[in-house]
Amino acid sequence: MIYFDNVSKVYSDSSTALSGVTLTIHPKEFVSLVGHSGAGKTTLLKMILAEERPTSGSVLFDATDIHTLRRHKLHQYRRKIGAIFQDFRLLPNKTAFENIAFAMEMVGRSDAEIAVDVPYVLQMVDLGTKMWNFPHELSGGEKQRVAIARAIVNQPDVVIADEPTGSLDPINTYDIVQILKKINDLGTTVILTTHNKGVIDSLGKRVITMEKGKVIRDDPTGKYVL
Amino acid sequence: MLWTSIKRVIKGGVVNFYRNGFVSLASVLIMTVTLFVIGSVLFLSATLTASLDEIKSKVDVNVYFLTSAKEEDILALAEALRTLPEVKDVEYVSREQALTDFKKRHEHDELTLQALEELPDNPLGAVLNVKAKEPSQYEGIAGFLKGDNALGGGTKTLIDEVNYYDNKVAIDKLSRILVSAEKLGFAAALMLVIISISIAFNTIRLAIYISREEIGVMRLVGASNKYIRGPFVVSGILYGITASLLTLALFYPLTYYLGDSLQNFFSGLNLFTYYLVHFGEFFLILVGSGIVLGAVSSFLAVRRYLNV
Repeated sequence: MIYFDNVSKVYSDSSTALSGVTLTIHPKEFVSLVGHSGAGKTTLLKMILAEERPTSGSVLFDATDIHTLRRHKLHQYRRKIGAIFQDFRLLPNKTAFENIAFAMEMVGRSDAEIAVDVPYVLQMVDLGTKMWNFPHELSGGEKQRVAIARAIVNQPDVVIADEPTGSLDPINTYDIVQILKKINDLGTTVILTTHNKGVIDSLGKRVITMEKGKVIRDDPTGKYVL
Repeated sequence: MLWTSIKRVIKGGVVNFYRNGFVSLASVLIMTVTLFVIGSVLFLSATLTASLDEIKSKVDVNVYFLTSAKEEDILALAEALRTLPEVKDVEYVSREQALTDFKKRHEHDELTLQALEELPDNPLGAVLNVKAKEPSQYEGIAGFLKGDNALGGGTKTLIDEVNYYDNKVAIDKLSRILVSAEKLGFAAALMLVIISISIAFNTIRLAIYISREEIGVMRLVGASNKYIRGPFVVSGILYGITASLLTLALFYPLTYYLGDSLQNFFSGLNLFTYYLVHFGEFFLILVGSGIVLGAVSSFLAVRRYLNV
Protein backbone atom coordinates (compact mmCIF):
# COMPACT_ATOMS: atom_id res chain seq x y z
CA MET A 1 0.00 0.00 0.00
CA ILE A 2 3.00 2.30 0.50
CA TYR A 3 5.68 2.12 -2.13
CA PHE A 4 9.00 3.98 -2.13
CA ASP A 5 10.43 4.10 -5.63
CA ASN A 6 14.15 4.91 -5.61
CA VAL A 7 13.64 7.83 -3.23
CA SER A 8 16.51 10.20 -2.42
CA LYS A 9 16.59 13.25 -0.23
CA VAL A 10 19.58 15.55 -0.41
CA TYR A 11 19.65 18.61 1.83
CA SER A 12 23.06 19.75 0.60
CA ASP A 13 26.13 18.13 -0.95
CA SER A 14 27.45 17.11 2.43
CA SER A 15 24.12 16.04 3.88
CA THR A 16 22.16 13.23 2.33
CA ALA A 17 19.19 11.95 4.32
CA LEU A 18 18.05 9.21 1.96
CA SER A 19 19.69 7.73 -1.09
CA GLY A 20 17.93 5.39 -3.46
CA VAL A 21 15.45 3.82 -1.04
CA THR A 22 13.09 1.33 -2.63
CA LEU A 23 10.69 -0.61 -0.44
CA THR A 24 7.11 -1.75 -0.23
CA ILE A 25 4.88 -1.83 2.84
CA HIS A 26 1.86 -4.10 2.52
CA PRO A 27 -1.54 -3.65 4.11
CA LYS A 28 -1.90 -4.92 7.71
CA GLU A 29 1.84 -5.21 8.12
CA PHE A 30 3.67 -4.24 11.31
CA VAL A 31 6.97 -2.76 10.15
CA SER A 32 9.76 -1.59 12.44
CA LEU A 33 12.43 0.79 11.22
CA VAL A 34 15.72 0.70 13.09
CA GLY A 35 19.02 2.45 12.67
CA HIS A 36 21.32 4.97 14.24
CA SER A 37 20.28 8.56 14.67
CA GLY A 38 20.57 10.25 11.31
CA ALA A 39 20.11 7.01 9.39
CA GLY A 40 17.03 8.46 7.67
CA LYS A 41 14.19 6.82 9.57
CA THR A 42 12.39 10.02 10.46
CA THR A 43 12.91 11.45 6.97
CA LEU A 44 11.26 8.32 5.59
CA LEU A 45 8.24 8.82 7.86
CA LYS A 46 8.06 12.53 7.01
CA MET A 47 7.86 11.56 3.34
CA ILE A 48 4.80 9.44 4.07
CA LEU A 49 3.22 12.34 5.96
CA ALA A 50 4.10 14.66 3.06
CA GLU A 51 6.09 16.86 5.40
CA GLU A 52 9.17 16.45 3.22
CA ARG A 53 9.44 16.11 -0.54
CA PRO A 54 11.92 13.71 -2.12
CA THR A 55 14.74 15.20 -4.16
CA SER A 56 14.24 12.37 -6.65
CA GLY A 57 12.03 9.31 -6.87
CA SER A 58 8.43 9.07 -5.74
CA VAL A 59 6.33 7.80 -2.85
CA LEU A 60 3.05 6.11 -3.67
CA PHE A 61 0.18 5.61 -1.25
CA ASP A 62 -2.18 3.08 -2.82
CA ALA A 63 -2.23 4.54 -6.34
CA THR A 64 -1.57 8.21 -5.54
CA ASP A 65 1.81 9.86 -5.78
CA ILE A 66 1.86 11.74 -2.47
CA HIS A 67 4.08 14.56 -3.59
CA THR A 68 1.98 15.54 -6.56
CA LEU A 69 -0.96 16.32 -4.25
CA ARG A 70 -1.95 19.96 -4.14
CA ARG A 71 -1.26 21.79 -0.91
CA HIS A 72 -4.92 22.41 -0.12
CA LYS A 73 -5.72 18.71 -0.68
CA LEU A 74 -2.98 17.52 1.67
CA HIS A 75 -5.07 17.55 4.81
CA GLN A 76 -7.53 15.11 3.26
CA TYR A 77 -4.70 12.71 2.47
CA ARG A 78 -3.27 13.06 5.99
CA ARG A 79 -6.54 11.91 7.49
CA LYS A 80 -5.73 8.41 6.19
CA ILE A 81 -2.72 8.36 8.48
CA GLY A 82 -2.56 8.41 12.24
CA ALA A 83 0.70 9.86 13.52
CA ILE A 84 2.35 9.35 16.91
CA PHE A 85 5.53 11.18 17.92
CA GLN A 86 8.15 10.96 20.63
CA ASP A 87 7.17 14.41 21.90
CA PHE A 88 3.42 13.55 21.85
CA ARG A 89 2.40 16.77 20.06
CA LEU A 90 -0.89 17.18 21.87
CA LEU A 91 -2.72 20.49 21.80
CA PRO A 92 -1.80 22.00 25.19
CA ASN A 93 -4.95 24.05 25.62
CA LYS A 94 -7.30 21.14 25.06
CA THR A 95 -8.22 18.35 27.46
CA ALA A 96 -7.57 14.71 26.58
CA PHE A 97 -11.16 14.43 25.42
CA GLU A 98 -10.94 17.58 23.31
CA ASN A 99 -7.64 16.56 21.72
CA ILE A 100 -9.28 13.45 20.39
CA ALA A 101 -12.56 15.18 19.61
CA PHE A 102 -10.59 17.72 17.57
CA ALA A 103 -9.39 14.98 15.21
CA MET A 104 -12.98 13.82 14.79
CA GLU A 105 -14.39 17.31 14.30
CA MET A 106 -12.02 17.92 11.42
CA VAL A 107 -13.39 15.03 9.43
CA GLY A 108 -16.90 16.28 10.10
CA ARG A 109 -18.17 13.67 12.53
CA SER A 110 -21.29 14.57 14.47
CA ASP A 111 -21.35 15.55 18.13
CA ALA A 112 -23.22 12.35 18.93
CA GLU A 113 -20.52 10.19 17.35
CA ILE A 114 -17.84 12.14 19.20
CA ALA A 115 -19.62 11.65 22.51
CA VAL A 116 -19.62 7.88 21.96
CA ASP A 117 -16.28 7.26 20.23
CA VAL A 118 -13.93 9.37 22.34
CA PRO A 119 -14.65 7.60 25.64
CA TYR A 120 -14.44 4.32 23.76
CA VAL A 121 -10.92 4.89 22.39
CA LEU A 122 -9.76 6.35 25.68
CA GLN A 123 -10.98 3.17 27.36
CA MET A 124 -9.09 1.20 24.72
CA VAL A 125 -5.80 2.90 25.64
CA ASP A 126 -6.67 2.49 29.31
CA LEU A 127 -7.16 6.19 30.10
CA GLY A 128 -10.88 6.38 30.74
CA THR A 129 -10.52 8.19 34.05
CA LYS A 130 -8.41 11.13 32.85
CA MET A 131 -10.64 12.26 30.04
CA TRP A 132 -10.97 15.84 31.30
CA ASN A 133 -7.34 16.45 32.23
CA PHE A 134 -5.12 18.78 30.27
CA PRO A 135 -1.87 17.38 28.81
CA HIS A 136 0.27 19.12 31.44
CA GLU A 137 -1.62 17.21 34.11
CA LEU A 138 -0.75 13.84 32.54
CA SER A 139 2.40 11.72 32.77
CA GLY A 140 4.48 10.90 29.69
CA GLY A 141 2.90 7.49 29.30
CA GLU A 142 -0.58 8.95 29.66
CA LYS A 143 0.13 11.67 27.10
CA GLN A 144 1.32 9.06 24.64
CA ARG A 145 -1.89 7.10 25.18
CA VAL A 146 -3.90 10.20 24.36
CA ALA A 147 -1.79 10.68 21.24
CA ILE A 148 -2.41 7.07 20.21
CA ALA A 149 -6.13 7.42 20.85
CA ARG A 150 -6.13 10.54 18.67
CA ALA A 151 -4.22 8.71 15.94
CA ILE A 152 -6.62 5.79 15.74
CA VAL A 153 -9.99 7.38 16.44
CA ASN A 154 -10.71 8.04 12.76
CA GLN A 155 -9.74 4.48 11.82
CA PRO A 156 -6.82 5.40 9.58
CA ASP A 157 -5.30 3.00 7.06
CA VAL A 158 -1.83 3.46 8.53
CA VAL A 159 -0.48 4.40 11.94
CA ILE A 160 2.97 5.95 11.94
CA ALA A 161 4.83 5.93 15.25
CA ASP A 162 8.10 7.85 15.33
CA GLU A 163 9.96 6.67 18.42
CA PRO A 164 6.78 6.64 20.52
CA THR A 165 8.56 5.07 23.47
CA GLY A 166 11.66 7.27 23.27
CA SER A 167 10.88 9.19 26.43
CA LEU A 168 9.00 6.56 28.40
CA ASP A 169 9.97 4.14 31.17
CA PRO A 170 10.11 0.36 30.48
CA ILE A 171 6.63 -0.40 31.81
CA ASN A 172 4.97 2.34 29.78
CA THR A 173 7.06 1.29 26.79
CA TYR A 174 5.73 -2.23 27.10
CA ASP A 175 2.13 -0.99 27.39
CA ILE A 176 2.43 1.32 24.40
CA VAL A 177 3.88 -1.46 22.25
CA GLN A 178 1.05 -3.75 23.33
CA ILE A 179 -1.47 -1.12 22.27
CA LEU A 180 0.25 -0.75 18.88
CA LYS A 181 0.15 -4.52 18.47
CA LYS A 182 -3.54 -4.53 19.27
CA ILE A 183 -4.13 -1.82 16.66
CA ASN A 184 -2.26 -3.93 14.13
CA ASP A 185 -4.25 -7.04 15.09
CA LEU A 186 -7.42 -5.08 14.35
CA GLY A 187 -6.23 -4.63 10.77
CA THR A 188 -4.30 -1.33 10.65
CA THR A 189 -0.85 -1.07 9.11
CA VAL A 190 1.68 0.12 11.70
CA ILE A 191 5.07 1.65 10.94
CA LEU A 192 7.27 2.04 13.99
CA THR A 193 10.72 3.50 14.47
CA THR A 194 12.59 2.79 17.65
CA HIS A 195 15.99 2.45 19.29
CA ASN A 196 14.69 -0.06 21.78
CA LYS A 197 16.17 -3.51 21.21
CA GLY A 198 13.75 -5.15 23.61
CA VAL A 199 10.75 -3.81 21.74
CA ILE A 200 11.96 -5.10 18.37
CA ASP A 201 12.97 -8.51 19.70
CA SER A 202 9.65 -9.02 21.48
CA LEU A 203 7.61 -8.11 18.40
CA GLY A 204 9.00 -10.71 16.03
CA LYS A 205 7.71 -8.78 13.01
CA ARG A 206 9.31 -7.32 9.88
CA VAL A 207 12.38 -5.19 10.62
CA ILE A 208 13.96 -2.75 8.17
CA THR A 209 17.44 -1.61 9.14
CA MET A 210 18.77 1.64 7.76
CA GLU A 211 22.20 3.18 7.68
CA LYS A 212 23.35 6.43 6.12
CA GLY A 213 20.15 6.87 4.17
CA LYS A 214 20.12 3.35 2.72
CA VAL A 215 18.18 0.21 3.57
CA ILE A 216 20.84 -2.31 4.55
CA ARG A 217 18.63 -5.14 5.80
CA ASP A 218 14.99 -6.09 5.39
CA ASP A 219 14.07 -9.08 7.51
CA PRO A 220 10.48 -10.45 7.66
CA THR A 221 10.81 -11.71 11.26
CA GLY A 222 13.77 -9.74 12.33
CA LYS A 223 15.81 -9.03 15.40
CA TYR A 224 17.47 -5.80 16.38
CA VAL A 225 20.92 -6.02 14.83
CA LEU A 226 23.20 -3.04 14.34
CA MET B 1 -22.43 20.20 8.22
CA LEU B 2 -21.49 23.82 7.50
CA TRP B 3 -23.38 24.99 10.55
CA THR B 4 -21.63 22.38 12.70
CA SER B 5 -18.25 23.61 11.44
CA ILE B 6 -19.11 27.24 12.11
CA LYS B 7 -20.34 26.35 15.57
CA ARG B 8 -17.14 24.42 16.31
CA VAL B 9 -14.89 27.19 15.00
CA ILE B 10 -16.66 29.80 17.14
CA LYS B 11 -16.58 27.57 20.18
CA GLY B 12 -12.88 26.87 19.60
CA GLY B 13 -12.16 30.59 19.41
CA VAL B 14 -14.08 31.37 22.59
CA VAL B 15 -12.40 28.52 24.48
CA ASN B 16 -8.94 29.66 23.28
CA PHE B 17 -9.78 33.18 24.39
CA TYR B 18 -10.34 32.30 28.01
CA ARG B 19 -7.90 29.40 28.32
CA ASN B 20 -5.04 31.62 27.10
CA GLY B 21 -6.15 34.14 29.69
CA PHE B 22 -2.93 36.05 30.10
CA VAL B 23 -2.13 36.28 26.41
CA SER B 24 -5.69 37.40 25.75
CA LEU B 25 -5.45 40.02 28.48
CA ALA B 26 -2.24 41.43 27.02
CA SER B 27 -3.68 41.54 23.51
CA VAL B 28 -6.88 43.16 24.73
CA LEU B 29 -4.96 45.84 26.64
CA ILE B 30 -2.74 46.69 23.67
CA MET B 31 -5.76 46.85 21.40
CA THR B 32 -7.47 49.06 23.95
CA VAL B 33 -4.58 51.50 23.64
CA THR B 34 -4.91 51.44 19.86
CA LEU B 35 -8.65 52.01 19.94
CA PHE B 36 -8.16 54.70 22.56
CA VAL B 37 -5.84 56.51 20.17
CA ILE B 38 -8.40 56.18 17.38
CA GLY B 39 -11.13 57.50 19.68
CA SER B 40 -8.96 60.37 20.87
CA VAL B 41 -8.29 61.32 17.27
CA LEU B 42 -12.04 61.52 16.75
CA PHE B 43 -12.36 63.81 19.78
CA LEU B 44 -9.39 65.84 18.66
CA SER B 45 -10.80 66.41 15.22
CA ALA B 46 -14.17 67.35 16.71
CA THR B 47 -12.50 69.88 19.00
CA LEU B 48 -10.33 71.20 16.21
CA THR B 49 -13.26 71.58 13.85
CA ALA B 50 -15.34 73.29 16.52
CA SER B 51 -12.50 75.69 17.39
CA LEU B 52 -11.86 76.49 13.75
CA ASP B 53 -15.55 77.10 13.13
CA GLU B 54 -15.63 79.35 16.13
CA ILE B 55 -12.68 81.36 14.89
CA LYS B 56 -14.03 81.47 11.35
CA SER B 57 -17.37 82.77 12.57
CA LYS B 58 -15.64 85.70 14.22
CA VAL B 59 -14.18 86.91 10.96
CA ASP B 60 -16.37 89.22 8.90
CA VAL B 61 -16.24 92.21 6.58
CA ASN B 62 -18.04 95.39 7.56
CA VAL B 63 -19.38 97.76 4.96
CA TYR B 64 -19.85 101.27 6.33
CA PHE B 65 -22.28 103.44 4.41
CA LEU B 66 -22.41 107.18 4.03
CA THR B 67 -25.02 108.85 6.21
CA SER B 68 -26.63 110.07 3.01
CA ALA B 69 -27.17 106.56 1.69
CA LYS B 70 -30.83 105.66 1.31
CA GLU B 71 -32.06 102.66 3.21
CA GLU B 72 -33.64 100.95 0.19
CA ASP B 73 -30.34 101.19 -1.73
CA ILE B 74 -28.54 99.56 1.17
CA LEU B 75 -31.12 96.80 1.43
CA ALA B 76 -30.86 96.28 -2.34
CA LEU B 77 -27.10 95.89 -1.98
CA ALA B 78 -27.61 93.48 0.90
CA GLU B 79 -29.91 91.43 -1.36
CA ALA B 80 -27.30 91.50 -4.12
CA LEU B 81 -24.67 90.27 -1.65
CA ARG B 82 -26.90 87.45 -0.48
CA THR B 83 -27.09 86.12 -4.04
CA LEU B 84 -23.30 85.64 -4.13
CA PRO B 85 -22.36 81.99 -3.64
CA GLU B 86 -19.48 82.84 -1.28
CA VAL B 87 -21.66 84.76 1.14
CA LYS B 88 -22.99 82.93 4.14
CA ASP B 89 -24.85 85.69 5.88
CA VAL B 90 -25.47 89.46 5.63
CA GLU B 91 -26.52 91.37 8.70
CA TYR B 92 -28.02 94.87 8.28
CA VAL B 93 -27.50 97.41 11.03
CA SER B 94 -29.54 100.57 10.47
CA ARG B 95 -28.33 104.05 11.40
CA GLU B 96 -30.61 104.13 14.44
CA GLN B 97 -29.45 100.72 15.53
CA ALA B 98 -25.84 101.79 15.10
CA LEU B 99 -26.49 104.80 17.27
CA THR B 100 -28.15 102.78 20.00
CA ASP B 101 -25.27 100.30 19.95
CA PHE B 102 -22.79 103.13 20.14
CA LYS B 103 -24.54 104.71 23.08
CA LYS B 104 -24.71 101.44 24.86
CA ARG B 105 -21.03 100.82 24.29
CA HIS B 106 -20.16 104.19 25.75
CA GLU B 107 -22.77 104.43 28.46
CA HIS B 108 -20.11 105.19 31.11
CA ASP B 109 -18.35 107.70 28.92
CA GLU B 110 -20.12 110.98 29.66
CA LEU B 111 -17.84 113.05 27.49
CA THR B 112 -18.52 111.13 24.32
CA LEU B 113 -22.23 111.04 24.99
CA GLN B 114 -22.26 114.79 25.55
CA ALA B 115 -20.37 115.35 22.32
CA LEU B 116 -22.90 113.18 20.56
CA GLU B 117 -25.75 115.29 21.98
CA GLU B 118 -24.14 118.40 20.51
CA LEU B 119 -24.41 117.09 16.98
CA PRO B 120 -27.45 118.09 15.00
CA ASP B 121 -27.87 114.70 13.33
CA ASN B 122 -26.98 111.04 13.84
CA PRO B 123 -23.37 110.94 12.62
CA LEU B 124 -23.31 107.18 12.13
CA GLY B 125 -23.97 105.48 8.83
CA ALA B 126 -25.65 102.14 8.39
CA VAL B 127 -23.49 98.99 8.39
CA LEU B 128 -23.65 95.67 6.63
CA ASN B 129 -21.82 92.81 8.36
CA VAL B 130 -20.93 90.26 5.70
CA LYS B 131 -19.87 86.73 6.59
CA ALA B 132 -18.28 84.44 4.04
CA LYS B 133 -18.43 80.67 4.05
CA GLU B 134 -14.63 80.41 3.94
CA PRO B 135 -12.11 83.00 5.15
CA SER B 136 -10.38 82.90 1.76
CA GLN B 137 -13.51 84.22 0.07
CA TYR B 138 -13.46 87.67 1.69
CA GLU B 139 -11.16 88.91 -1.01
CA GLY B 140 -13.79 88.22 -3.66
CA ILE B 141 -16.55 89.81 -1.64
CA ALA B 142 -14.48 92.88 -0.98
CA GLY B 143 -13.64 93.07 -4.66
CA PHE B 144 -17.33 92.81 -5.50
CA LEU B 145 -18.09 95.75 -3.24
CA LYS B 146 -15.18 97.79 -4.59
CA GLY B 147 -16.21 97.20 -8.16
CA ASP B 148 -19.08 98.71 -10.01
CA ASN B 149 -21.01 95.51 -10.52
CA ALA B 150 -22.97 95.60 -7.26
CA LEU B 151 -25.50 98.25 -8.10
CA GLY B 152 -24.61 99.32 -11.59
CA GLY B 153 -22.10 102.00 -10.57
CA GLY B 154 -24.23 103.39 -7.77
CA THR B 155 -22.22 101.87 -4.92
CA LYS B 156 -19.49 104.43 -4.94
CA THR B 157 -21.91 107.06 -3.77
CA LEU B 158 -23.19 104.82 -1.00
CA ILE B 159 -20.17 103.19 0.59
CA ASP B 160 -17.96 105.12 2.94
CA GLU B 161 -15.53 102.36 3.76
CA VAL B 162 -15.01 98.60 3.49
CA ASN B 163 -12.79 97.43 6.32
CA TYR B 164 -11.56 94.33 4.56
CA TYR B 165 -8.36 95.98 3.42
CA ASP B 166 -7.51 96.99 6.98
CA ASN B 167 -8.01 93.42 8.12
CA LYS B 168 -6.63 91.80 5.02
CA VAL B 169 -3.29 90.78 6.51
CA ALA B 170 -4.91 89.36 9.62
CA ILE B 171 -7.54 87.49 7.64
CA ASP B 172 -5.01 86.05 5.20
CA LYS B 173 -2.81 84.90 8.01
CA LEU B 174 -5.71 83.34 9.81
CA SER B 175 -6.84 81.41 6.75
CA ARG B 176 -3.35 80.04 6.30
CA ILE B 177 -3.12 79.06 9.97
CA LEU B 178 -6.48 77.34 9.83
CA VAL B 179 -5.56 75.34 6.75
CA SER B 180 -2.21 74.23 8.12
CA ALA B 181 -3.65 73.45 11.54
CA GLU B 182 -6.12 71.11 9.90
CA LYS B 183 -3.41 69.48 7.80
CA LEU B 184 -1.03 69.11 10.71
CA GLY B 185 -3.70 67.70 12.98
CA PHE B 186 -4.70 65.19 10.35
CA ALA B 187 -1.10 64.10 9.69
CA ALA B 188 -0.30 63.72 13.39
CA ALA B 189 -3.48 61.76 13.97
CA LEU B 190 -2.82 59.49 11.01
CA MET B 191 0.71 58.85 12.26
CA LEU B 192 -0.50 57.92 15.73
CA VAL B 193 -3.16 55.65 14.35
CA ILE B 194 -0.69 53.86 12.07
CA ILE B 195 1.82 53.36 14.88
CA SER B 196 -0.72 52.02 17.31
CA ILE B 197 -2.30 49.73 14.72
CA SER B 198 1.06 48.20 13.92
CA ILE B 199 1.73 47.65 17.62
CA ALA B 200 -1.61 45.90 18.01
CA PHE B 201 -0.93 43.86 14.89
CA ASN B 202 2.42 42.73 16.25
CA THR B 203 1.00 41.82 19.62
CA ILE B 204 -1.52 39.52 18.01
CA ARG B 205 1.21 38.05 15.87
CA LEU B 206 3.20 37.28 18.99
CA ALA B 207 0.14 35.74 20.62
CA ILE B 208 -0.20 33.43 17.64
CA TYR B 209 3.53 32.81 17.48
CA ILE B 210 3.12 31.09 20.85
CA SER B 211 0.72 28.70 19.14
CA ARG B 212 2.84 27.98 16.08
CA GLU B 213 3.64 24.42 17.15
CA GLU B 214 -0.01 23.82 17.81
CA ILE B 215 -0.76 24.93 14.28
CA GLY B 216 1.83 22.47 13.00
CA VAL B 217 0.23 19.65 14.99
CA MET B 218 -3.20 20.51 13.64
CA ARG B 219 -1.82 20.40 10.11
CA LEU B 220 -0.21 17.03 10.73
CA VAL B 221 -3.33 15.42 12.13
CA GLY B 222 -5.18 16.49 9.02
CA ALA B 223 -6.98 19.74 9.87
CA SER B 224 -7.86 21.93 6.91
CA ASN B 225 -6.49 25.48 6.79
CA LYS B 226 -9.92 26.98 7.36
CA TYR B 227 -10.47 24.86 10.41
CA ILE B 228 -7.12 25.87 11.89
CA ARG B 229 -7.44 29.53 11.10
CA GLY B 230 -11.07 29.97 12.11
CA PRO B 231 -10.70 29.81 15.90
CA PHE B 232 -7.75 32.21 15.82
CA VAL B 233 -9.75 34.72 13.83
CA VAL B 234 -12.64 34.30 16.27
CA SER B 235 -10.26 34.95 19.18
CA GLY B 236 -8.95 38.02 17.35
CA ILE B 237 -12.49 39.32 16.93
CA LEU B 238 -13.11 38.73 20.62
CA TYR B 239 -9.98 40.73 21.48
CA GLY B 240 -11.34 43.53 19.32
CA ILE B 241 -14.81 43.50 20.83
CA THR B 242 -13.54 43.37 24.41
CA ALA B 243 -11.01 46.11 23.78
CA SER B 244 -13.55 48.38 22.11
CA LEU B 245 -16.07 47.97 24.92
CA LEU B 246 -13.29 48.73 27.38
CA THR B 247 -12.36 51.85 25.42
CA LEU B 248 -15.97 53.03 25.23
CA ALA B 249 -16.25 52.59 28.99
CA LEU B 250 -12.97 54.47 29.54
CA PHE B 251 -14.09 57.49 27.54
CA TYR B 252 -17.17 57.95 29.71
CA PRO B 253 -15.49 59.13 32.94
CA LEU B 254 -12.63 60.71 31.02
CA THR B 255 -14.80 63.03 28.95
CA TYR B 256 -16.92 63.70 32.01
CA TYR B 257 -13.94 65.05 33.95
CA LEU B 258 -12.28 66.80 31.03
CA GLY B 259 -15.46 68.14 29.48
CA ASP B 260 -15.90 71.31 31.55
CA SER B 261 -12.31 72.46 31.68
CA LEU B 262 -11.70 71.85 27.99
CA GLN B 263 -14.93 73.59 27.09
CA ASN B 264 -13.67 76.83 28.57
CA PHE B 265 -10.20 76.40 27.20
CA PHE B 266 -11.09 75.64 23.62
CA SER B 267 -14.15 76.10 21.64
CA GLY B 268 -17.25 75.79 23.69
CA LEU B 269 -17.56 72.16 22.65
CA ASN B 270 -18.28 69.98 25.65
CA LEU B 271 -16.63 66.62 25.02
CA PHE B 272 -18.94 64.81 27.40
CA THR B 273 -22.13 65.94 25.70
CA TYR B 274 -20.46 65.42 22.34
CA TYR B 275 -19.62 61.85 23.38
CA LEU B 276 -23.15 61.15 24.56
CA VAL B 277 -24.73 62.64 21.45
CA HIS B 278 -22.38 60.79 19.10
CA PHE B 279 -22.20 57.58 21.13
CA GLY B 280 -23.70 55.54 18.30
CA GLU B 281 -20.98 56.64 15.89
CA PHE B 282 -18.25 56.05 18.45
CA PHE B 283 -19.66 52.61 19.13
CA LEU B 284 -19.73 51.66 15.46
CA ILE B 285 -16.30 53.08 14.67
CA LEU B 286 -14.51 51.59 17.68
CA VAL B 287 -16.20 48.18 17.67
CA GLY B 288 -15.86 48.05 13.89
CA SER B 289 -12.17 48.88 13.86
CA GLY B 290 -11.58 46.52 16.79
CA ILE B 291 -13.18 43.63 14.95
CA VAL B 292 -11.43 44.37 11.68
CA LEU B 293 -8.06 44.84 13.36
CA GLY B 294 -8.38 41.63 15.40
CA ALA B 295 -9.65 39.53 12.53
CA VAL B 296 -7.19 40.76 9.91
CA SER B 297 -4.18 40.53 12.24
CA SER B 298 -5.06 36.98 13.24
CA PHE B 299 -5.77 35.95 9.68
CA LEU B 300 -2.41 37.23 8.44
CA ALA B 301 -0.49 35.93 11.44
CA VAL B 302 -1.78 32.37 11.16
CA ARG B 303 -0.98 32.29 7.45
CA ARG B 304 2.72 32.39 8.28
CA TYR B 305 2.57 29.17 10.23
CA LEU B 306 0.31 27.23 7.89
CA ASN B 307 3.10 26.28 5.48
CA VAL B 308 3.79 22.87 7.00
